[in-house]
Formats: sequence, C-alpha cells, structure tokens
Amino acid sequence: MTKQGVVPDSFSQPFWDAANEERLVIQNCHACDRLQHPPAETCRDCGAGDSLEWKRVSGRGTIYNYGVVHDCPVRLLQQDQPFNLAVIMLDDDPGIQMFSHLPGVPVDDVPVGAAVEVIFEPTANGQLVPEWRVIAD
Amino acid sequence: MTTPTAPDAMYRNDEGLGIWEHRGKVAAVGVGHGPTSRRWDGRPETCVGAISIQALRKAIDDAGVAPEQIDGLVVVPVTTTGAFWEEGKPLPMDVIESFNQTDDPLDGVAKLSAEWLLANMPELTNVQFTMYGPGCMSNALNVTAQAIGDGRTHTCLVVKSWHNFEGRYYQSGANVEDTLPGTAAMTRLWGGPASYGTALQFAEYCRKYGKTHEMMAPFMENSRRNGLMFPEGYWAQHRPEELGREDYLAARWIAKPANLFDNDIPIMMSGAYLFSTAERAADMKQKPVYILNHASSNARPRSLTPTLDEVEAETARTARKIYEGAGITADDLSFENMYDGFSLFHQFHLEGLGYRGIGFGDALDFYQTDISIEGPNPVSPSGGNVGSGRSRVWMHTDCIQQLQGRAGPRQVTGVKPEVAVSGGPMPLGGNFTVWSASPD
Repeated sequence: MTKQGVVPDSFSQPFWDAANEERLVIQNCHACDRLQHPPAETCRDCGAGDSLEWKRVSGRGTIYNYGVVHDCPVRLLQQDQPFNLAVIMLDDDPGIQMFSHLPGVPVDDVPVGAAVEVIFEPTANGQLVPEWRVIAD
Repeated sequence: MTTPTAPDAMYRNDEGLGIWEHRGKVAAVGVGHGPTSRRWDGRPETCVGAISIQALRKAIDDAGVAPEQIDGLVVVPVTTTGAFWEEGKPLPMDVIESFNQTDDPLDGVAKLSAEWLLANMPELTNVQFTMYGPGCMSNALNVTAQAIGDGRTHTCLVVKSWHNFEGRYYQSGANVEDTLPGTAAMTRLWGGPASYGTALQFAEYCRKYGKTHEMMAPFMENSRRNGLMFPEGYWAQHRPEELGREDYLAARWIAKPANLFDNDIPIMMSGAYLFSTAERAADMKQKPVYILNHASSNARPRSLTPTLDEVEAETARTARKIYEGAGITADDLSFENMYDGFSLFHQFHLEGLGYRGIGFGDALDFYQTDISIEGPNPVSPSGGNVGSGRSRVWMHTDCIQQLQGRAGPRQVTGVKPEVAVSGGPMPLGGNFTVWSASPD
C-alpha cells in the first residue's frame, strides 16, 4: 500500500532524514531521559524546550493492539481497504507507540503480542517511512 | 467587545478541590433547540447561525425571561462536524448578506462568534459578559456555571451548534492531497478514521475482559429507543427507525470493531440553555435544575492513542472529582447521561463512575440487564448521540428535562429523578456537570 508522500518541515526533518537512512529516531528529553512520540516543541514531562534531541532506538517492538480500517478518510489508501492498522509498542520504552499497516499480515489476523521489527517503505513521493513486520519465530 | 476564551482557572481539573464553592447556587432553567437536518441546504434560514438564533430564542422563551434581563452569553465557536468550507470555494454571499456580518464572512455559516449572535439578536440589549467555551457544550456549561457562580453574569445563555456540509465525513482537505506535511505525517499517514482510537480501546477491553462487540447491542437498541422519544433529535425528526439487534450487528465496519452505528451521524443542530443564579431562577417559568459541581479531565495519553490502563485510570479520577465537588457518591445518581459518540466508550465512563456499583469490565454485562427508562438502572435516557445524532448536547438537555419532570415519553419512571451527571466527550479530555432537582 502506498501512503501519501511526505514533505518534511523543519521540526520533523531529522525524523524523516533518519528514515531515509533507514534509522528510526524518536524524540528524547535528555533532562528526563524519557522518549516522547509524537514529538512536541517541549518535553511533556518537564516542560523544557531545550533538552530535546532525536535518539536512535532499536527498531524492535511488540504488536500492542489493532483495528481493521474499512472506511478510510485518506483517498490514497481507500483502494487498499480493508487493511490492518496496528499499534506497535517499542522495546526501548513500551509507553511509546507507533502505527503500522503490518505489511504481509493477513487482514484481521493480527498476532497481538508478537515481536516486530522496523522496516522502511517508500511513500508516494519516495520519502521512506517506518513500518513494521512480524519477526518469524 | 472581543470575546475571550475561558481561562484554565475556570475549570475544576484537579482532585482535592473539595466541595464546589458555588454548589447549588447556579441553576439551569430554559432549554431550546434549533431544527436538525442531515446537511445544510444552502438557505439563509437553515445556516448554523440561523438555527443558533432559533435555539437561543427558544431557551429564552422557555425560561420565561425578558431578553433584556440576559447579561451573559457563552458560545462554542467551532461548529464543524468534520466538514469545512473548502478553500477557494465561492462564499455564499446571499446567505452572508442576509445577516449582520462580522469581519469573518463565514461567521454564522461555518463557525459562530458571540459577536455574530449579538449582531443578529437585537433583543439582547444588556449582554455584558461573553466567553468562549471551546469544543463542546460540556465545556461551555462548565464555563457558564463558573461564571455565574463567580458573579460575572447572573442570567446567561449558552449555545453549541453544529454545521454539516455536502460530502463525506473528513474526506476533504489534507486527506485528499497527495502529500502531507512532515509533522502531521508522523501520525496521519496510516489513515485511521475518527473512531479508530476508540475502536482500539474497545478491542483491548474485549480481550482483557472476555467481552464481544455483540454485547453492545442492547445499549444501542436502548439508545435509539430513547432517541426516538426525543422530539428535538435527528432520528425522531427525520428517520423514525428503531435500531434492532440484527440491524446493528449487520452494519458495515468503519474501523473494526467500530461499525457504522457505533459512529454517531453528523448533523446540523443547535442547542441552547438559559442559566441563572439559583435565587433568580426561582422566579422563572420552569423549575430550576441546580448545578452541584462541574469537573474536567485534561489528561493526555503518553503516546499516540490512550491505552486501556490510561482510560480506566482517568475515568476513575474524573469520577472522584465529580463526586468530591458535588458532595455525593455513586449511590446518589438517579441516572447517568455520559457521552456516547462513539458508542464504544460509553462503558468506560459508566465504569469510571461506578454507576450502580459496576467496576471495570462489568458494563457490557450490565447492558444485558434492564437499562431502560422504566427500570431501576437507566442508562443514557437521553439516547445520546446514538439516539439523536451528533450534538454532544442531548445528554445535558435530558438531565435538565428529567429533573424538571418534563422529559415527556422519555421520562424515567423506574427511579425518582433527583441527581444526574452528564458530560464528555472523551475518557481522556472532557467536562462534566452534576445536576440536581434540589440545591442541597
């Protein structure tokens, strides 16, 4: 499935640059030593704005939950309906979630709790985006 | 006059605040609704501004006060159901020119300012206080109650309206573009519909407690039944169709496990109330319904979407705030009218409240018992958004009308209507009001 293209803005540029290098980075407050995603201008814990950095994470996680999208508001994805839309919890910090279409996983047959690893897929304009695939036993 | 947005200090976000300082000293009296419709038909008399004026005038008339007695107006300025006036689309000048205008040509068409209302309701000659309560009527009610209690206004109107235009829900704007800005893309590239987050929470709930989507059917049937007895509602006015178990379970999925009926139908509507001090309310046409407390939830999830643990912790915390400020317990609730749009989170509110003693994981079993207005445990007697369309207003109207004893065929008969709670929208992030037939 091809997602909409991405036009990085100054705030998100490091995330997308890293994705193009097939690295997953997540915003981290070095004062709190705490990851946050989605990223923000300030740390949601301590409120500091000058302690945020982009930190490379392992790219390993677990399928926490999922739904099946049958009526998607995004035009470009409608041709692929129905599709899985899962929530991944990162091994680096299970409180941090990322979305995934779980490429290769049959619709509505999602192994909740299974281990996953990050992969990178091209969007409509070639920008790579983090996705996740189930790690075979 | 420039209308400010309510400051954070007006909300009761924290535990440990004690009894609300204005408990029983503020009252709701008048109720007014504009007509509903599925979408705007383009006529001046049906635009969101026009139906708001209708609702406000009905609330004034219902309370039996002279317009010049009104000195306050609280407005929810955002009116969209997810439909926006597309950039570059010609303005509806015939509609705009039918009203006194503000600087924004879409005021009264795709949004609503206090200034627009005052410019088009010349009878409101004495309004000295205006304020915005963002988002929902639930928020605006908290603002109105606090403003009256604080003495900033003594007789105040509050209004929330919704517009809905042609086209499919949220299928416009960035969702039809070929690219997304980088920051938005981090969360929006995957295309989850509006109910997706709630569907996730419900899925986790079912896995944890061994429940199923089918167990929602009695709640949905009951809500539509109650909604069809709500003459101000969309389904009662336009499509008086019962929602049977098989109808519900056969509906197409939107974001499984949320189906079509779990998603409230977007409509045009307006709801308005007249609030006053308890002292002044005593002389008005309708029986006052006293505000025992208002409470808010401003919690945010740690990451993209709330986990079930976060939901349950916050609904329990919200309930403690509700009860603490009102000086009541769950046992005092005659009924509940917590929010239901999306239907799949109503049980989170119920369980947080501990309504009728239920705990986490119990609500869907509770739905299999008698939850009707005739029984001892009424659930959502308003019918909520499931029963009357997206407004986030029906729950409040119903609390007022039930406690005034004028809910008509919806009137609860299995319990004596004395104390009720309504509010929402979300388990994380909402505003709640405790209503009472008595100020004590």
